[in-house]
This record gives sequence, C-alpha cells and structure tokens, in this order.
Amino acid sequence: MTEQRRPHILITGAAGALAQQVIEQLRDTCDLVAVDFREQVYLGDDIPSYCIDFNKRVFEDLFRRYQFDGVIHMGRIMSSQLTRMRRYNANVLGTQKLLDLSHKYGIKRVVVLSTFHVYGAVAYNPALIDESAPLKSAGLSADLIDSVELENLANIYLWRYPELNITILRPCNIVGPGVRNTISTLLASERAPVLAGFSPMMQFIHIDDMADAIVLAYKKPTRGVYNVAPQDWVAYQHALKLCGCKRIQVPSIPPMVPKMILGTLKLKSFPSYLMAFFKYPVVIDGRAFVKEFGFEPKRPLKEIFRFYRENKRPV
Amino acid sequence: MSLASFLKSRLVPAELDEHINRIRKPIGSLGYDPWGYNNEAIKYGLSLTKQIYEKYFRVQAQGVENIPAEGPVLIIANHSGQLPIDGLLIGYALASREKDPRIPRAMIERFFPTVPWLGNLLNEVGAVLGDPVNCAKMLANNEAVIVFPEGIRGSGKLYHDRYQLKRFGNGFMHLAMKYKAPIVPVGVVGCEETIPAIANIKPLAKALGIPYAPVAMPVVLPAKVHLNFGAPMYFDDLEIPEEQVTERVEKVKAEISRLIDKGLSERKRLF
Repeated sequence: MTEQRRPHILITGAAGALAQQVIEQLRDTCDLVAVDFREQVYLGDDIPSYCIDFNKRVFEDLFRRYQFDGVIHMGRIMSSQLTRMRRYNANVLGTQKLLDLSHKYGIKRVVVLSTFHVYGAVAYNPALIDESAPLKSAGLSADLIDSVELENLANIYLWRYPELNITILRPCNIVGPGVRNTISTLLASERAPVLAGFSPMMQFIHIDDMADAIVLAYKKPTRGVYNVAPQDWVAYQHALKLCGCKRIQVPSIPPMVPKMILGTLKLKSFPSYLMAFFKYPVVIDGRAFVKEFGFEPKRPLKEIFRFYRENKRPV
Repeated sequence: MSLASFLKSRLVPAELDEHINRIRKPIGSLGYDPWGYNNEAIKYGLSLTKQIYEKYFRVQAQGVENIPAEGPVLIIANHSGQLPIDGLLIGYALASREKDPRIPRAMIERFFPTVPWLGNLLNEVGAVLGDPVNCAKMLANNEAVIVFPEGIRGSGKLYHDRYQLKRFGNGFMHLAMKYKAPIVPVGVVGCEETIPAIANIKPLAKALGIPYAPVAMPVVLPAKVHLNFGAPMYFDDLEIPEEQVTERVEKVKAEISRLIDKGLSERKRLF
C-alpha cells in the first residue's frame, strides 16, 4: 500500500492569532501539531495542542511521536511580554533547542518568524532596507537583543545545516483582527501617543496576508532571509488619523524627556524601548520575497485602517 | 466643504494641482512613497515655493530643459547660503517646467531627520536623507536626484569665501556610473548673498548638535538668483581606479565653475 503521507508540521506559538490563521490554511492538507509556551489552545480534535517549554526534555518526545517533516516557528515572545531574562530563555535558548531537535530528527523545512525590529530605528536609516543590512537593534536597546540573537542563531543553523532548509521571515508591522502586538493595540485604541514632530513612515501587513506569506514560504524550500512587506507606505500619525485615534503629543526634545516620561508611565502600548520606532522610519524592502515566492498581498491599507476605525476598544 | 479642502482651494491653484497630478510619481495607495514623499504635501510646498521663487528671489533659470524627461539623473550643483534654499529653487525650476515636469529628490544633511517637524516636512516634499543607499535606490526607481557634493562644506562657508567651490565628494560619480545616470551640472548664483555669514561659532554648533552656527543677520535677503543648467554629462561604468573617478569629478566641478562664472557675468546687481 503506497498511500501518500500527509506532511507533519510542528507549529509553535499556537496561541497567537497569526499561528491560528496559518493552521486554518494548512489543516486540510497537513497533519499539524500545535505548541505554545503560554497556554494550551483548543484547535479542534484533529490537531494535538500542547502547552510546553522548549527547554524541557519532554519537548523531544513530540519529535519522537509525530515524526515531523517541517517546523513553522512563530513562538517568539514579543518584547512587551515577560522579563528580559525569561524572554531570552524562551526565544534564544528555546529556539536553539528547537533547531537542534529539528536537525536530530531530520526535519526538511523550517520557517522562522522574525521581525523588522531587528534592523533598529535610527535617524540615519535609509529607506527600503534590504536583507543584507546590518542588524542595529541590539546596540540600541537591551530589550530587543533576544530578537536579534534569535535571528543570529537561525542564521548559523541555516548555513551549518543546509538540509534543514531554514527560511527566516522579517515582516513589517503585522496588524488586523486578533493581533495583540504593540502597534495593533495602538491602532485599536481611542487615544494613542505620538512623539511631537515625528511621524515616521511605516508599513503594515494584514494578518491574513502574513499567514499567506508563511504558507507560501513553507511550500517552497528556498533557504534564506526575507523581508515581508507590501509595497505601500504611510506616516504613523496619518495612520492613527485613519484609524480614528486621537493623537496625544508627547514632548520629543531633548531626547531624554520622552524617555523619562515613557519610562515613568510604563505604558504597555508605547514602551520606551520601542520609542525610536515612533520617531525614525524603518522601511524595509519586501521585493525579494515577492519575486522568490510569488507573494501578493491582497488587503490594502485602507481596509486595514477601516477595521480599526470600526472596532474601537476602550483604552 | 471640510476645512482641509477649503484651505486647499485657497492655497493651491487648480492648475498647479492638475500639474502635479500629471507628474506620475510611484506612490502607494495613500499618496506616500517609501521615503516619505507625499503627493498632497507637495502641492502646498510648491504653491508656497512659487511665491518665493517668482516674487522673492526672482529666479532666472536657463537650460532646465537639459534635464532628461525620464530615467535616472543626477543634478549636481554648488551649495551655498547656510539654508538649503538652493535645493528648493532647483527643485521648483524642474517641477514647474512646462514640458515634462519632474519632481526631483534632494539629498539632505544627516542632521535633519533628528529635527522635529522640519525633518518630516522636508521628507514630505521630496527631500531624502543623504545616504548612498537612498540615492542608489532612488536612481534605480528612475528618480531625478539633486546632490550637493560639497555638503556642509559648501553651505556653511563664510561670505568672504563666496563662489569658491569646496572639495567635492566622489560618491555621486560612483552612483552615476553604476546606474548609468547622466549628470546635469548646475551653477547657482545668488544664494551666497541670501544669508551672508561672517563667522562660524564652532563650539555652539557642537553644543547644539548642528553642523554649523553662523554669525549672520537673522533674515534671508532677497538676492536675485540665477540658475544655469549645463548639458548632461555621460560617464561609462568601467571599473576604474579611484584616481580616475576623482578626475571625472573634477570635470564636473570645472563645468559647474564655468556655469557659476556665466551666472556671475549675467548678473547685473545683487538684489
């Protein structure tokens, strides 16, 4: 009997909205196993779901039991969550464990979700940053070190174990229904802080488009690092206006002032270490990914902002 | 009618609005490009510049038709007068030309993005951080790019050094060669007299984090400005040693020097 085996895929970060979109797209054709280190999520009877710490030994049992073909790693704790130390353990050491196990059990395809934050926001950034640009973020904020380290690790494994077929995706701001990151929280709020006199260019990708991008990337085993961003741009304050947010001006000069204010307020939606991203642009060039994987984002900015305008939650 | 559209109808003449819409910039769905250029902001910018260009500096521009109608091009000029007024006037000359107008991009000093309001404002009207990567990507996008190879050495020079060209950087030549972009030299005469500075207080500039702190009258004088655009210069993209690149840069510099002399001889009086 030569029945074709459905691909077995391990999906991390399953509690996130993005992972669930990816799961929706893949569940008909693949056998999925979902894990998350935050919580156990119910994804239907056909998808086993675990709440597990990658650094624990039982994690390896999943690899033994399910014989995965591929891994989609979206389980990165965002900079706004947990402490620096715990984030480092989960994001850096956890990813290392995941990649080691992937190598040990002969995984043939790994997609790692990173972020455009790794480029770092500085005044001297050119626009349309491509994938070979240096990752300045680690030098700018200790809270973004784990994001850069995660990438470095994935890069080392990319070259050392070509058979893993690692692809690293660096998306711009992921937004849309269900997304709980900093920028999405800001767009969804009634009032959002801005640094007076600064309105950097930003890029937004709809969560459904991002899920498409991840599925596309998974299906074509081209190794490498790719930015993921639509060819559309908008200034931060203009985006807030289109989302119906009242802008609250935070004094921006000298630079110590906003840092002190945000440091004191400790706003979860406007953390001081992300301040530079609301001051200087980090515009990435997503054309290489479009060309290589035939990616075509379908949800325009106007549609994204209309969703936020019509779905206001109290601050 | 909303306040915004009322203001627009008063400030932006209909023909200018149409003129700009005719220049099709590669922009996204909300009117922005990756460098922050905004199709609406430029309309206000050009309406204001029109007054400054025609009434205040009474600019006389010659040879603006030398700038090709399309494709990448580098517009190289001498820099002077403390504020980047020269860039503004060159930009307007090209944007307002009757046949094949273009909205050029000016490469600006690295210090501008750190200045609140001004940095964003400059970006919205097409100015871009003077970074080689930016310039390269814009040439690849078929933009017309204004570069002042003297940088702050030129704009910050004192009145007694007027019309003396400072050292040119070689970066623009490398980009012109790589992207096969013709170079259109421009001689700017008159901007030196707009803000004549007699000294530069270096410690103050350092303390404020700005490129220079000129001792000058706090006004911009209405000097008459002459812009002379030269014929496009073409350079091949052969692999050549830096010394020969410098020679090519000197050629462009000599041409700009000639255009400045032309402007100076045409000038009847300062104001």
